[in-house]
Amino acid sequence: MSIKVVIKRNTYFDSVSLMSLSTKANQIEGVEQAIIGMGTEMNKGVIRNVGLMTSEVEEATAGDLMIIVKTANAEQTESAYLAVEELLTNKNSAQAKSDIKYATIDSAVQGIPDANFAVISVNGAFAVREARKALENNLHVMLFSDNVSVEDEVELKTLAHEKGLLMMGPDCGTAIIGNTGLCFANAVRKGSIGIVAASGTGSQEVSVRIHDFGGGITQLIGTGGRDLSKEVGGIMMLDGIKALDADEATKVIVLVSKPPEASVEKKVLAQIKECSKPVVVYFIGGNEEAVVAAGGQFAKTSKEAALKAVLLAGIDEASINKRALNLPLIEEVRAKLSPEQKYIRGLFCGGTLCDESMYLAMEKFYNVYSNIQKNPDFLLKDISVSQEHTFIDFGDDDFTNGKPHPMIDPSSRIERFLQEAKDPSVGVIVMDFVLGFGSHEDPVGVMLPAIMEAKQLAEKEGRHLEIIGYVLGTDLDTPNIDEQVKKLVDAGVTHASSSTNAGLLAREMVLKGENHE
Amino acid sequence: MSKINELFTSKINVINVGIELFKDDILAQNASATHLEWSPPGGGKPEIIAALNKIDKAELAEKIEAANRLAVEKIVNSQPVLIGFDQAINVVPGMTKKTILHAGPPITWEKMNGPMKGAVMGALIFEGLAKDLEEAAAVAASGEITFSPCHEHNAVGSMAGVTSASMFMHIVENKAYGNIAYTNLSEQMAKILRMGANDDSVVERLIWMRDVLGPILRDAMKLNKEGIDLRLMLAQALHMGDECHNRNNAGTALLIQALTPFILETDYPVEQKREVFDFVASSDYFSGPTWMACCKCALDAAHGIEYSTVVTTMARNGVEFGVRISGMAGNTWFTGPAQQVIGPMFAGYKPEDSGLDIGDSAITETYGIGGFAMATAPAIVALVGGTVDEAIGYSRQMKEITTTENQNITIPLLNFMGIPTGIDIRKVIQTGILPIINTAIAHKEAGIGMIGAGITHPPMEAFEKSLITISEKWA
Repeated sequence: MSIKVVIKRNTYFDSVSLMSLSTKANQIEGVEQAIIGMGTEMNKGVIRNVGLMTSEVEEATAGDLMIIVKTANAEQTESAYLAVEELLTNKNSAQAKSDIKYATIDSAVQGIPDANFAVISVNGAFAVREARKALENNLHVMLFSDNVSVEDEVELKTLAHEKGLLMMGPDCGTAIIGNTGLCFANAVRKGSIGIVAASGTGSQEVSVRIHDFGGGITQLIGTGGRDLSKEVGGIMMLDGIKALDADEATKVIVLVSKPPEASVEKKVLAQIKECSKPVVVYFIGGNEEAVVAAGGQFAKTSKEAALKAVLLAGIDEASINKRALNLPLIEEVRAKLSPEQKYIRGLFCGGTLCDESMYLAMEKFYNVYSNIQKNPDFLLKDISVSQEHTFIDFGDDDFTNGKPHPMIDPSSRIERFLQEAKDPSVGVIVMDFVLGFGSHEDPVGVMLPAIMEAKQLAEKEGRHLEIIGYVLGTDLDTPNIDEQVKKLVDAGVTHASSSTNAGLLAREMVLKGENHE
Repeated sequence: MSKINELFTSKINVINVGIELFKDDILAQNASATHLEWSPPGGGKPEIIAALNKIDKAELAEKIEAANRLAVEKIVNSQPVLIGFDQAINVVPGMTKKTILHAGPPITWEKMNGPMKGAVMGALIFEGLAKDLEEAAAVAASGEITFSPCHEHNAVGSMAGVTSASMFMHIVENKAYGNIAYTNLSEQMAKILRMGANDDSVVERLIWMRDVLGPILRDAMKLNKEGIDLRLMLAQALHMGDECHNRNNAGTALLIQALTPFILETDYPVEQKREVFDFVASSDYFSGPTWMACCKCALDAAHGIEYSTVVTTMARNGVEFGVRISGMAGNTWFTGPAQQVIGPMFAGYKPEDSGLDIGDSAITETYGIGGFAMATAPAIVALVGGTVDEAIGYSRQMKEITTTENQNITIPLLNFMGIPTGIDIRKVIQTGILPIINTAIAHKEAGIGMIGAGITHPPMEAFEKSLITISEKWA
């Protein structure tokens, strides 16, 4: 045991500082006991009680500072004492922020009277309550969270509808409101085309194509993937169409969705009839006749939807680069692929991008499998094993449970890509790379090493492996689309200029004469 | 124009709940966004969220809102005035010669912790009910003594809160609503009964307080017909740098300043008057209990308003922390385990020496001063282990769990923001933010006394229990 006693004559510290210092001193490594105090009778009494009284301490007065440090050995005492000295001289300089922080939507709304929007991305178990609070506070809502029940969705949307508010989502995190992209969105030109979409990447794709064709967006309202289901009944799409119809800046309206439930489709088409503006309808795999009968403009692909919209918005057709399919390239690749290389493997981050390529493939092939197939006969039995033509949406719940969305963390499909690349029956692998707000900062970059590896492997085995890459993004996005495309092309990947073209290229390249499989 | 169309032409101003990246993206586009410091309500417990959802239903929520508005109106408008001093037996409702009042929710002798047992034994000796500590322990355990919470007798007590028949009490009348609150006199600091000390010096001091200090204060206040408006004085003390729970320098100066002329006019010998002034000068804590009675008086006026979720009592007996809410009239306590107080300690003591959180003094935080008004008292920020910025942060954070700001009592450093007032159990549970309490630390053993000061919080359990109860009762 070793004790060091230092009396600093005529040195005053107030009692609160001393208590604080004592507490810190007792936390110094090796200190068995540290006492820092003025030489008052009370403090001396305490020192006597713990058996550390010395003659120096006895002589100290109320104006003297006493420092007593007890440790196991002399060496420790010295370093501990130095640490105590440090505490005495070193004033607490930590700078804590006193910015106003809010813990609840209620208090934030009180403190920020101009707030008009809530973006909610907390766990689905808590998200409904927060969304309800936001709506009750007259905020428009973007509900990014998934795992929200249909019943809750209906309740929230009904409340929003009654209050005249937007309730976007759940399960589709894309919106551009007043030129501000929320959650997943691309930087696109301001223009005269409004979009209402029950599909996240589908609406991103249409907005990006519109930008590419020289058009621009007024608003992009993402309704949530289930909005056109029977239960929800298209509450938000109907309100969205009405709002865009009443919006002076909007000249053309585009609707994007997977095929709606029949009764809901009827309601939506009836709303189109009421609409004073041209409406382009892109419901993947949708019915042209019904749309035309309702006075809408039917679009079979996302590219067609964007093209029709910009023409209706008054863009001069001659000025548009329509980015036609590269037919000679298709011929060239067909010649390189061996007879066994019959299949497409689509590995997608974007659900609607996956859907679009898959539907295009289904026009030519019957044996198209997927983890998001509507037809149970063609649902993958094991999502980790592909069969024949396979299109995988890595954004589906089976892949995202407990993990970030592949648009934020694209690593989930790297392994799968290498697996597909080894399969000698594969002719084409098609992949999307999504840029924009909310997405990974370099989605192509993280995939490049795997792409190189696959190319080398195929070369070694003497087969051609065709990789098609589509980058969803604009020249205004960060990172810039051109930079991402260059990385792909330099790695020997075929660049598709749109989601539609990606699907068409993949399908056409593996076609073997008339003998389709 | 519909609200959606209004939105199309407005500047977007987003409240972001969840992934912070989304806020950064919005800011990068030159729109406004505020990220919430969000945590799952009720700590994510499904039964708590279900209870919250139950009482959030529009009809009940409106009743609660209206009741809470009334509750805080009463707290803010209360005007507690010190009207006198007298012995507990003469004024406190239900007091008997064999009654011992204590701090916190109800507790039996067997379950009391060291400091409270020490204080009870000292009080029994002081009252002549026992001749020494051994006999005092026997008397306390005999069943002859009635133990009862101060709060159930319109009173509050610091630390152990032990109050016996012949102790002198503050008498504080609410001029706005007519109710009266009581608390005993400060024994000043360190080795004192309310901290569990009970040796001869402690009892001698109590006797002097009974025979000299108390009578002088009583007779002085008899000469002061108007009484002393404590709310005005409290407001002034806060402006002078007190938070009126742990720092009472300014408040004590103001209080003795108001009492002095009347003390001088009494017929007691100068020598005894001198003793009184010396005693007050011996510690700044003289006015500490006074503010507690002031707060108690205001909060009692707001107790018993049907459907109100405003907290009217936070009190600890050293074993349990108890909360009462306005909407559950009478003495319905919701409790959880008392917590440790974290903070600096007098030289020679360590955290393991400290008794658990004890005392009715959290009545000050319940009213909105003390820890809630830390921003007024930068001189003692070391007590909360931190910086002035952190102290300011505490006062701001408490607004998240309170119903209103009391503009009668303001914090200069926060642009004269009113003190956060009317803790709402719903907000505590929704945010996970617990009330912050500035308090003293008593040694865990009987007979030693105060060994430090620091901050602590109530147990979330007490709020959860009250929420579950009201959701079953009211919904």
